[in-house]
Order: sequence, then C-alpha cells, then structure tokens
Amino acid sequence: MSTFERVVKILAEYDVETDALTPETTFESIGLDSLAIVEILMNCEDEFGVEIELEENPKTIGEFVALLDSIVD
Amino acid sequence: MTYTILGTGSALPSRAVSNEELTRFLDTSDEWIASRTGIRSRRILTRGTLAQLGALAARRALEDSGTAVEELDLILCSTARGDHVTPALACGIQQELGATCPAYDISAACAAFIYVMDCALGYFARGKVKRVLIIAAEEMSRFVDWTDRSTCVLFGDAAGAVVLGPGDDCLSTVLTTRGNVSVLNLPHIQGNCPFQTQSEAKLALYMDGQEVFKFAVNAVIQNLHDALAEAQVGMDDIAYFTLHQANMRILNYALKKLELAEGRMPSIMAETGNISSASIPVIWDKLSREGILKPGQLIAAAGFGAGLVSGAGVFRWSRARTVPEAWNPCCDL
Repeated sequence: MSTFERVVKILAEYDVETDALTPETTFESIGLDSLAIVEILMNCEDEFGVEIELEENPKTIGEFVALLDSIVD
Repeated sequence: MTYTILGTGSALPSRAVSNEELTRFLDTSDEWIASRTGIRSRRILTRGTLAQLGALAARRALEDSGTAVEELDLILCSTARGDHVTPALACGIQQELGATCPAYDISAACAAFIYVMDCALGYFARGKVKRVLIIAAEEMSRFVDWTDRSTCVLFGDAAGAVVLGPGDDCLSTVLTTRGNVSVLNLPHIQGNCPFQTQSEAKLALYMDGQEVFKFAVNAVIQNLHDALAEAQVGMDDIAYFTLHQANMRILNYALKKLELAEGRMPSIMAETGNISSASIPVIWDKLSREGILKPGQLIAAAGFGAGLVSGAGVFRWSRARTVPEAWNPCCDL
C-alpha cells in the first residue's frame, strides 16, 4: 500500500469522502479543522512509526505524503 | 504512610455566561464553540475575590471531612493567578478561614493540583501533619483577551478543595516537565521601570492550540501509564479517569488512544469551560457528592498545562457517603 493510500485510510476515520481525494486536496477543503489535522498527524505518527513536527504545517495531502516519505526515508 | 482524602468541596461563581451571550460581542456561535471544545457555558467571578471563592470551596471540604479550621496543619494552594502577584493566594484563603497554619501556593499551571497532591506526600511521610487543606482556585477570566474568540471562549472561573488526613490512599504520583514557554504562556506585568528598554508583551494568555493538543494527549497517555505502573494496577482496576478539563477534543482523543469506554472519563467542562487546576478537585467533589465514587474504588487523575508541565496520580477513594446529594457548587459570589 502506498503512503497516499495509507493516509487516505486514516482520513476515512474522520467521515471524509475518500473517493474524490487527490494529492492536491487541501485539509481545509474537506472540512478538517486545526485540531482534526493534529489528530490525523498523530495517527500517522503511530501508523508510520515516526515523529512529525507541527511546524512543517502541510496544507495538502500530497505535501503531507511527501513529508512522511522524507521522514521515513 | 501517604494520605487519605477525607472530604471535598467546590465553588462556582453565580454569573453564568453562555456561548450565546458571547455571540453578542464575538464573531462566533454556540455550534462553533461547542463542536470544537465541548463547552456550552462557563462561570465568571464578577463579585468578590478569588480568595473568597477558594475559601468557600475550602469550607465545604472542611465540613465534608468533619474537620475544624483549628485542626489544619497546612494549607497548599494551586493557582495560575491569585488576587495578588504576592502574597500567595493561600495566605488570602487562610485569612478568610481564620486559620493559623502555614499556607503557600504552588505554580504549575493547569497541572498544579497534581503537583500539590505530590507535594503533600512529603509532609505526611515526615509525620509533620495530620490535616492538610488543598485548594485549587482559578480566575482564568482575568487574563484572557476577551476580543480573541480563539481563547476567551475556552475558560472559566472555579475553585475546588480537598482535605487530607493520614492514610495509604495515594498509590502513586508522576510529574514531568518539558521546558517550553513559547507555546502556552501568560506574560507578567511589566511595571514602569524608567531604565527598561525591552518592549512589553501583550498581557493576555497566548496558546498554540495544535502544539498544546499534541503535547497534552501524549503527556496524559504517558503519565497515566507511568502512574498506573508505579501503583502496580492495570487500566481495568481504575473506576474513573479524571482528567484536566481543557478541551473535549483532547479528552475524546485520549479516551480513544487509551481504549477506554465512554463514561470512564467524566466531564464537567460543558458547564464550566477550562477551569485550569481546579478541574480535578471540582470533578471529584461532583462524583463524591452524587455518590458515584464509592469507597475502595481507584481513581486516576491527570493534568497538563503551560510549562509544559504534566502529571498523573492514582488514588483510592475512601470517603463513604450513605446518602448521595445533589451537587450544587454555585455560590453568591
């Protein structure tokens, strides 16, 4: 499963319609507020076994996936 | 020898401010606040002093424990902001009560109640005290910016108190501090020193909500695991997890991460907002008076706040109550 697919799976837990998601989709456009974004980020920390600094502040799913890939690498 | 909790008390100011009332001067809504925080209303101290509010909670705890003021050996107080920079709020409460024992404050922001409960252990271990009064009293309304809708909607004023006596009902306490003063702070008054060249910071609470959320959830989970391990008990041994009431989203996420069923993490924040270090003793008082806490049950508590400080503890409940009563913490102040 790709990083994008793993992130989408986590987003699905937040009542997000996942079919329409692309790397360009912003978190804001799918109705996630600032605390929901932190929750998703923390869930990804558990999923990928990494620590993510909040100051990275990714705005789109693609930016978030790239950040995760860079940390995992 | 640790201590046992002999009685509890709490006091909330009479002035309730609903989310709806906030919409009269803030660009916000009840739905926006409630869905993001779980808060519907909060109490604001508009008459009297914080020492008077704290003393009222203290008197209720003294009465609940059957303790006379003259029996007190020590008063410890937790507050983020007393009536004065100095003297300590504990001194004002001692004066209100007419007590004569030593009294001082401990500063550890919203986690301070856990820090005070930890501090009290030393006095009992040394055999220096037989009755200790602990008060957590907070007037958060005084230091938020009431034009900032992202922070002022969160907080409220309240006081909670417990009376401790000799016993073995504190099974563990864990304290942690991760020094970081930038993500959550309240600048100090600056004075008018003519030699000062540094610019003044805004006199209002600052909070980076995302950073605090992440810190809080991680700290609560780690501290609770450590406190339970130190007490040599498991999650299923704990009847209730009483956490600092900062934000319902933090509590719900911690509940999910700890895999706890709803109902094991009681909450009062819908009606009080974030009342800082007073959260835990106020919840204890509610649960005790309503007969929900039963003698022999174990409760866990966890606090977190500016510092960044956090802590947790495991306590055995001993206060027996034959007839539950309605919890009515409101007062004339």
